[in-house]
Parts: sequence; structure tokens; C-alpha cells
Amino acid sequence: MITTFIRNGIDRSWVVVVAILLATAIVVPVLNLYTAASSPLHVPDYAVPLLGKYLSFALLALSVGLIWGFCGILSLGHGAFFALGGYAMGMYLMRQIGSRGVYGDPVLPDFMVFLNWPELPVAWYGFQYFPYAMLMVVLVPGALAFVFGWFAFRSRVTGVYLSIITQAMTFALMLGFFRNNLGFGGNNGLTDFKDILGFNIQAPETRAALFAASAVALALAYMMCKAIIASRFGKVLIAIRDAENRARFLGYRVEHYKLVVWTLSACMAGIAGALYVPQVGIINPGEFEPANSIELVVWVAVGGRSLLVGPIVGAIVVNFAKTWFTTGALAPYWLFALGGLFIAVTLFLPKGIVGTLAEGWSALSQRRASARAESGIAPTNRDGPPGGRLSPEAAE
Amino acid sequence: MRIIFQIAVAAFLSLAVSFSAQAAELRNLINALGEGGYKETEAQISAIAATGDPAAAPVLEALEAGNVYVRKSDGLVFITEKVGRTFNLIDPLTGEIVEEGVASGAIEKVRVNNRLRRAVRSALGALTLMSPNPATRREAATATFQSADPDSIELIETALAAEKDVAIAKLLREARAAAVLKSDRPDEEKADAVTVIAERGDRDSLSLLLPLTSTEGPIGAAATSAVSTINSQLALWDGAQNVWYGISLGSVLLLAAIGLAITFGVMGVINMAHGEMVMLGAYTTFVVQELIRNNAPWMFDSSLFIAVPLAFLVAGAVGVAIERGIIRFLYGRPLETLLATWGISLILQQAVRTIFGPTNRQVGTPSWMSGYFDIGLVQITYNRLAIVIFSLIVFFLLMVVLKRTPFGLKMRAVTQNRPMASAMGIRTPWVDALTFGLGSGIAGMAGVALSQIDNVSPNLGQSYIIDSFMVVVFGGVGNLWGTLVGALTLGIANKFLEPYAGAVLGKILVLVFIILFIQKRPRGLFALRGRAVEA
Repeated sequence: MITTFIRNGIDRSWVVVVAILLATAIVVPVLNLYTAASSPLHVPDYAVPLLGKYLSFALLALSVGLIWGFCGILSLGHGAFFALGGYAMGMYLMRQIGSRGVYGDPVLPDFMVFLNWPELPVAWYGFQYFPYAMLMVVLVPGALAFVFGWFAFRSRVTGVYLSIITQAMTFALMLGFFRNNLGFGGNNGLTDFKDILGFNIQAPETRAALFAASAVALALAYMMCKAIIASRFGKVLIAIRDAENRARFLGYRVEHYKLVVWTLSACMAGIAGALYVPQVGIINPGEFEPANSIELVVWVAVGGRSLLVGPIVGAIVVNFAKTWFTTGALAPYWLFALGGLFIAVTLFLPKGIVGTLAEGWSALSQRRASARAESGIAPTNRDGPPGGRLSPEAAE
Repeated sequence: MRIIFQIAVAAFLSLAVSFSAQAAELRNLINALGEGGYKETEAQISAIAATGDPAAAPVLEALEAGNVYVRKSDGLVFITEKVGRTFNLIDPLTGEIVEEGVASGAIEKVRVNNRLRRAVRSALGALTLMSPNPATRREAATATFQSADPDSIELIETALAAEKDVAIAKLLREARAAAVLKSDRPDEEKADAVTVIAERGDRDSLSLLLPLTSTEGPIGAAATSAVSTINSQLALWDGAQNVWYGISLGSVLLLAAIGLAITFGVMGVINMAHGEMVMLGAYTTFVVQELIRNNAPWMFDSSLFIAVPLAFLVAGAVGVAIERGIIRFLYGRPLETLLATWGISLILQQAVRTIFGPTNRQVGTPSWMSGYFDIGLVQITYNRLAIVIFSLIVFFLLMVVLKRTPFGLKMRAVTQNRPMASAMGIRTPWVDALTFGLGSGIAGMAGVALSQIDNVSPNLGQSYIIDSFMVVVFGGVGNLWGTLVGALTLGIANKFLEPYAGAVLGKILVLVFIILFIQKRPRGLFALRGRAVEA
């Protein structure tokens, strides 16, 4: 996998995306911490966690883009994995509050004291240790996805049926987390965090570090996805996307491939949730709402799912638009805009922003190449059109 | 002849005299209410009850409400009525106003405590047992059963002797038995009472018998066996109740899902805006009712009959517009359809929120839909019954449309083999549009029914969309019978899980069950058989 990655993976787009992400990871914190507030280049304090939130959403969108764009699995319940990762992080942060809570209990979080719980539920054991909590951030969504996927793919639940049962999954989880006696804060969720790894979670430095962590995590995840797609494994995934039965008849264990990429995607979503929670400062059962998961699918669709950059761009663009809409006088019209976006993208931009741009670009460069070929110079189009082979729609 | 006349006159006079004597006695008893403390008042109340004269009822009712006062000047007792700062004194027996504008200083209240109020209530129960009005007697018999006062046994017996109505007589016998159980009557009588109560067999009789199970002797044994019989009967009735609730919930699910069974099941279009069609139907009802309230209030009871076809037209028109405008470009791309229709649902929700406001809208219930009746121990409300019947009517009408009309034939032809249908001269695009309109219109009609039991708010549809999909997927796509069975099964399963697991957990269990079920039978309960590898 690594060698194929080195052989195939190093193309320009890959380097550009990672370079931009790493540059952002450095530039935004620097501009926030080391420039004067009056400077035109200064990034205000409120903007850092906001941008960090966009990046964690981008990571979440990337996880959906990986399975939807390259394996044809449309999950309408990825918000569940995101929220589970977020809850794992939130539990760690809750344990860090210690005796500084309203009730001052050294072990029990406030809501448990409020509900008169005598002791910590078993599920909360170990969450005071950061490495354990981080392990859970990946393991809990991963395990749920593994079990869910194992059942679903083995019995060949595909297409819209899979979408609908993933939606049912997140809906069931939402109902469960709304209950107080599940032990995760019920309706209010987990909030009022103080420290992360001993640093004040409100401090600009911590927020800058969290931002940088989000950007780096996104860059790493992007590289990983790119490597997967470029590998032999990725080729099989694309084959499954385009013609699942043919891939099966050729002898590939389709369900195993799907299960691996599905579980991996859930782990990525969990990490995204873990990055989201400390920057936003709250996690509650609302994150499990099916509507959230569907909205997240539209980020991917807007960006375009034929390329891995698409979901990242889509998540950032849509969320930026959302912030811009909902904070201004246009707030009541946000749902009109979002709904319109859903329709417009599916009708007019089936390949998304990035896909359409890339297609235009490759058409242009091909025309140039053919022009050059006519004038006697050999064509140099090494990559072929992005997303080449078959269009993603054929997968459905 | 003359002698007969004289006798008749004499008899009449003596009767009148005895009546007036009775009235005078009652008046004395009432006037005695003003003397002494709570204890004496209580004694007077029982004395009044013992007369069994219905004329005493108003004063007792007033006493319970705290409206009985004594005039300080002569110690007579009156019912009062407060007018501003002064009181009107009303004669307790005739109901005429005796004196107006009495200052509060001139009268003194006959004070009552809870103990007295209880005494008054049981006394009233006893008095009204004799009422000439059967409904009052029935109520009174029920009240005496509830109070089970040993002192009222004789009174009940008197009433029982006079009672002609079989049902009320049964109630009275039960009331007597209840009172006997609380009294210190001999064991044989109590054993009879246990039998009578055991026959009644509801929760009230259980609470009467339970304390007896711990007593020694035949009574205890009889009570214990009666309790176990009643318990098993109650469990049966509980089961029946759950089935009814389940059918009721199932019919709601059926209504919400049946339109989806057309658009998703027959056309293969994932319509996430389906819930919003339901919402549009509910808002149509609201608008119709507003118009009727403002212009023709006398038509209010028929508002739903006007709203049903209108909701069908409104939602159906919106459906056709959606199909023509958006969905027809997306056939063969189900996941994209899902996203686009989700966008439509957001827009429709926000549009309704902008027009009607984000809060719940009040939709009235016509008078013929309020109230309830009992079958055994199962309470059936008319509005739920109406929804169950309505959902079945819609279901069978839809079946008829699909199986017996030219449009249904074309529709099935297009679903089964589009190119062939097209070659036979069927205008497939129009069939698509009308089919989608039909599914949406049915959702709109569902909205009319749901407006009766749910809040009419822009989010109304959201709460049904997942359930509807579950029903359709569970029942089997493309099969209306599957939808019916799926809806009823899920409804009943939900209601049977609720008592054990709680409403939320029950719902989660049902969802998990469906997720597992789809693994086992990916094409639902009633799958269409076919040779296609991928539908």
C-alpha cells in the first residue's frame, strides 16, 4: 500500500491540499496570537474556534466522501459516529472539571450529583486518562460501525435501504441519549468544560493549538484517504462502487472491503467529533439528529464526491455560508438557502463544485494537449480525467 | 259516590299534610346545620341524608361549595350568592331569594372541613339515588360505590327496592356489596358481597378486595381467589387495551406511510418531503377551520369533510409540481432524489413557518369526534376510532384505484415495464406525475387526520418521516398489504413494549428490531419476487 502510494499518490493536487492545510495550521494561530488586534491581518479570537469547527466538519465530510464517493455507500447516520466521538471527548473533559463543578464533587460530574447518583457509572471509568479517552474516540464509533456494517453488508443491504437503516440507527441513538438514565447528561448533554490536558480550554493559546490539531488531523486523514484510493484496495472499492455484483462475481469479498472502509470512515468521523467538542464547548443529543447527518451529506454533494478535496471544500463553503446567513439579517432565510442548495446541487452540479471545476480544467488541458499534438508535440496528460473510469452516478 | 269523593279528598289532604310535615322537618334539620361545631354539623348532615328527600340536595351542594350561611338575627340557614360585597340569601328548599344585599357582618358561614365535605358527598350520593332522572341515579350509584360507606347500606337497599332499571340496580347491588365489605356485618353477608364485587371485576373491585385477602377464614379465601380471577381478567383487558392502542397507533402510521408506499414503493422515489405533505394537509385543515369559524360557524362540525378533499388537492398539486419541476430529472438516481426532496422539505417547512409562524396552530375537534365509549374495560375515544376507520377507508380506496381503474392499470404497467408501457401508448411522464401527486395527496389527507391528534406545527412532518420509512421498508416495498400489516405490527409492538420498557426505550427497541429485520429480509416482510439481482 505504501509503495503504491509513493508511486501513484504523489501528484500535484495532493501536495497542494496538504500544503494548504499545514500552512493554515501555522498561519491562523500565528496571526491570532502574535499580531496586534488593530492589524488588518489579525485573526480575531472568536474566529479561531469557528474555523476549527469548519475543519472538524471538513474531516467529517471527508469520512463520508470516502465511503460515498469511492465505495457508493451513502450513510445518512454518520452524525452518530461524529457524536459518539464527541461524547467520548466530552466525557474526558467532564472528568477534568473535577471539584470545580457547581456542586464541587471531586468525581461525579454535576448532572450526576443533580440526579442523586451515588457513584460513577462503569461506562465512565477510565475517562480521566487522556490516552484512554482518545482510544475510545476511535474505538466506540469504530466498534458500532463494525457491528452495524458486519450485519448490514453481510446480508447485502445496499443503496437506499442502507441509507434508511443508518438513519434509523442515529435516530435510535438520539432517543437513547436524550434519556437521563443512560448516564450521558440527557437533554443537556455535556458542557461547562474547563481544562484539556491541563490547559484552560478558553485560553486563546489552547484554542489555537486545537485549531492546529484539527488542520493537521485533516491533512493526515486526507493523506490516508488518498493512499487508500490509490492502492489496490482502493481500486476494488471503486469497482464495488461502479458494479457491486460484477466485483462479487469476479471473486472479491465485497462485504469485507465495504466493512473495512466503513469502519475506518466511522473512526474518522469519531475523531472529527472529538476535535469539534472542545472547540465548541458542548455536546448534546441534538448532534444525533437525522437532519444533521443529512445536512452533512449535502456538504459532500456540494463540494463534489468524485475527488477527495470535494467534501473538504463543500463542508467549509456550506458552513461558512451558514454562519454568514444565520448571524445576519438573513437568518430566517437560511433554510430556504440550504434547501435550495440541496436542489440546485443535485440538479445542476451533480459532480459538485470541485468536480465540475476539475472537469472543466481537464477538458481545457486536453484541448490544449490535442492542439499541441496536432502541432507535433506528444501529449503529456498523465493522470487522465479525475474520477475517470465511470461516473459515480452509475454506482447507484 | 259522594263518599268516595270525600275519601279521596281526605286521602289527598292527609298526603299533602304529610308532605308539608316532611318539608317542615327537613327545614328544621337544615336550620340545625348552623348550630354547634363540625361534629354537630356532621350529625345533621347524616340526619338530612336519612330523610332521603331529594329537596335537600341543593343545600348540601352549597354546603360543600362553602356557600351556606346562618343569619345572625334569627339563626336561620340560607344558601347565599355573593353579589359584589354583599350577599343574596336564598331559601334552601324553595330556591327563592329571600333577602338581597345582606352585609357580610350580618351572616355567619357554616364552616366545613374535608371530613364534612366527604360526608356531604356521600349524603348527596344517597339523596340522588332516589332522583327520578336515571342519569342522576346512575351517577349517584357510582358515587356510592366509590365511597363505600357502611352507613348508607339501608339507604341503598331502599333505593334498590325502588329501582326499575336493570343496569342501575346492578350498580346499586355492587355499591351495597362494597359498603357491606367495609361494615361489620356477619360473614355470610360479606361472602355474598365478595361474589358480587368479584363479578364486577375491574380495578375498583380489586382495591376493595385486596385488603380482605389478609383476613382469616372463608372471607379471606374467597377474596384471594376473587382477586386472582380479577387479576387475570384485568391482564386480559390490559392486553385488549394495548391492542386497541396499538391499532390506533398503527392506523396513524398507516396513514402517514401509505402515501410513501406509493411514491417510494411503487415509483422508487425516496421522498423525504413526504412528511411535509402531511404537514400541508394539517395546515389546510387549519385554514379551512379558520375560514369556517369566521364566516360560517354553524358548519364547523363538517369542517373535516371539507378539509379532506381540499388537503388532497393541495398536497397533490404540490406533489405534481415537485415531480414535474425536480424529481423527473433525477429518475434512476435514488440517492440524489433523496437529497433534493430533503431540500424541498426544508423549503416547505420554512415557507410554512414564514406564513403561519413557528408556533403550534389550534385545530379544533368537531363535536362528533369528542367523547368516548367503553367496551368492557377498554376506553375507546371517538377521534381515535374515526382515525382508524378513516385510515382503512383510505387504504381500501387506494387499493380500488390501483386495481380497478384505468389509471391504476397504467400506473402498474409503468412501474413494471416502462419502455413497454410507453410503447403501448401510455404517456409515462404523466403517469409518473399523477402517481406522485396521488401519493402526496394521500399524505395530505393523512395530515387532516393527524391534525386531530398532534400539534399542527411546521415540524409536524418531521416526526413521521422516519416512522413512515420504517413501515414501508418493514412491510416490503411495492406492496400495499405489506404496508398495512407493517403499520399495524409496528403500532401494536410499540404499545406492548411501552409498559415494560417505557415509551422511548420501546421505540428504540422497535427501531433496533427493524434494523435487524432488514438484515434478515432486506426486501421487507412481503417482498416482491423477481429475477432481478438488483431492484
